[in-house]
Amino acid sequence: MEYAVRFLAGGLIVSAFAVLGDVLRPKSFAGLFGAAPSVALATLTIAVVKNGTSYAAIEARSMAWGGIAFLFYAFLVCHLVMRFRFSALAATSSMLLVWLIAALGLEQVFVGWP
Amino acid sequence: MIVRTKFSALKEGRWYEYVVRFVLGGAATVTAGIIAEIWGPEIGGLFLAFPAILCASATLVEAHERREKREHNVRGHERGTDAAAMETAGAALGSIGLVSFGLAVWVLAPRFGFASLAFGSIAWLLTAFTLWRFRRVTRLVH
Repeated sequence: MEYAVRFLAGGLIVSAFAVLGDVLRPKSFAGLFGAAPSVALATLTIAVVKNGTSYAAIEARSMAWGGIAFLFYAFLVCHLVMRFRFSALAATSSMLLVWLIAALGLEQVFVGWP
Repeated sequence: MIVRTKFSALKEGRWYEYVVRFVLGGAATVTAGIIAEIWGPEIGGLFLAFPAILCASATLVEAHERREKREHNVRGHERGTDAAAMETAGAALGSIGLVSFGLAVWVLAPRFGFASLAFGSIAWLLTAFTLWRFRRVTRLVH
């Protein structure tokens, strides 16, 4: 049941931000919504209810490291698409592994794993 | 007015694109929850900034642009990748907003609970908008 609620909440919030990104202009501004905190809002709301605010705070701190890894990821994807004319799907999916390594590395270096 | 709305853009999208985003958003949220349960909130929290949604939105934007050009009998490969690059550049600014969101919720959640999510969202929007405006003023983005 909990996972059904997660799925529904995540899907709805992501869709809402996607609609915002579609209707807002200019397109460069709409692009900001490609990195909206949609999954975070759904997950942290459930975390506060189920696990309490301290748990949610720890998740949010890690999310900040994930955000820095996202910046690195977006920079690389942008270069692959602009300079080397990769398709968006090829560039965004191939660089996911780079995001994962960067995020885990930042977490390990600056926080350490439990 | 710098930012405006164009509701007719909703008609340009295909219905299945919204289904894809809904399913992807739901799947990303469930996956983040499962990872947090197995490996704890430190690792699970990283996946709150997982760029899965950008994969979908950049691919859809690229497909839109190509389709639009094809309908006008123009080869749209470069326009498609340009549009995807612009989407990704915007997301790069948004990702700095994600860092602001995470830091705001980290600091404020123990004291303010649910309200910290609203403060975090405001921090995301302010950071992303300020950076976007700065880039626009410096004429890097039009």
